Amino acid sequence: MCEDCGCGLPAGIPVTVSGPGHQDHGGHDHPDHDHGDDHGHDHAHPRHHPSSKPGAEERQTLELRHAILEKNDRLAERNRGFFRARGILVINVLSSPGSGKTTLIGETIRRLGRRLRSSVIVGDLATDNDARRLRESGAQAVQINTGTVCHLEADMVARAVKQLDMAGLDLLVIENVGNLVCPASYDLGEDLRVVLLSVTDGEDKPLKYPPMFHPANAVIVSKLDLARACDFNREAATANIRHIAHHARLFELSAKTGAGLDDWCDYLVKQHEAVKHRDPLAS
Amino acid sequence: MQNALNQALRDARLAGAVRVHEIRLRIGVLSGVVPDALRFAFEALTPGTAAEGAALMIEEVPARFWCAACRREFVSADFYAECPDCGAPSGELRAGRELELRSMEVGHV
Repeated sequence: MCEDCGCGLPAGIPVTVSGPGHQDHGGHDHPDHDHGDDHGHDHAHPRHHPSSKPGAEERQTLELRHAILEKNDRLAERNRGFFRARGILVINVLSSPGSGKTTLIGETIRRLGRRLRSSVIVGDLATDNDARRLRESGAQAVQINTGTVCHLEADMVARAVKQLDMAGLDLLVIENVGNLVCPASYDLGEDLRVVLLSVTDGEDKPLKYPPMFHPANAVIVSKLDLARACDFNREAATANIRHIAHHARLFELSAKTGAGLDDWCDYLVKQHEAVKHRDPLAS
Repeated sequence: MQNALNQALRDARLAGAVRVHEIRLRIGVLSGVVPDALRFAFEALTPGTAAEGAALMIEEVPARFWCAACRREFVSADFYAECPDCGAPSGELRAGRELELRSMEVGHV
């Protein structure tokens, strides 16, 4: 359930996961986006306000202080532990629809070749088109169809991972549903958040969607080959990214011409080195 | 919203309440959640539940950053993480990503 727009309302289309080589619709229904009954609710602190009138309703204030996405956060940490124990670098790739995530991921995997053995989990509301396109780059790719849900959640990733051969894997790319709002709220257990801003998106997207850009570890200006055609103002875009995510690594590239791709691939290789030599139990 | 509502309804049930009159949430401005959209979802989801007709109160939590150079916190109205005193960007967000079911008003018969 998305708390932003009401997507994934009950009786929505179930979430399906399609494995690397096969379609598997229907067998993995996931209509239940609510919190399970597996955590205690003994932390309510009631304050009674008895009514003076006999027979009238008695009102009570319950102090709760629940983190609404507590269950997702917990499952994301479980994913993170699983990935860390295996020394896998995990990146969560986010952008608006049509910013070039799939093309960039395909080209990145092709270019990384044997430097990093990579797999992809890709989320869309419907179709397995992206997973099929990504398999052409030689990677294993699992498609998650979210039905009406406009973002990926940690448990969807956990179920998709079961369909991948994780042995010897160096890099797991999670291509989130194209959306600059809701996916920002959901930790998937990734090491890095990578947010794309295509030159066709407009320079002010970071200012319009700060919750998406603020936690980014890397921001990629994509489709650089189209910059001139759409009068892209590079200085303004860079300044806007710096305002919201000054700490993020900035890359400018074109997956079509290959410009800037080597820097990006080198960055991933370095990040993977860091992950591989990290103590899995370090926080 | 479904997450928050399910949790609220379960807490109400556990407290022995039959009606929910008001639900109070704390939402950080950098949480990724749009309060108006939350209200819309709340209207769509509550009919037929114990929270039908309940009020939804949303407390917005501003983005609060820490400037290590000036050793002070500052509230950012426009999400820019730059210290108003020294202009240095802050890497430490101290508040503003909250998504919290804070409290609620329930009724017993």
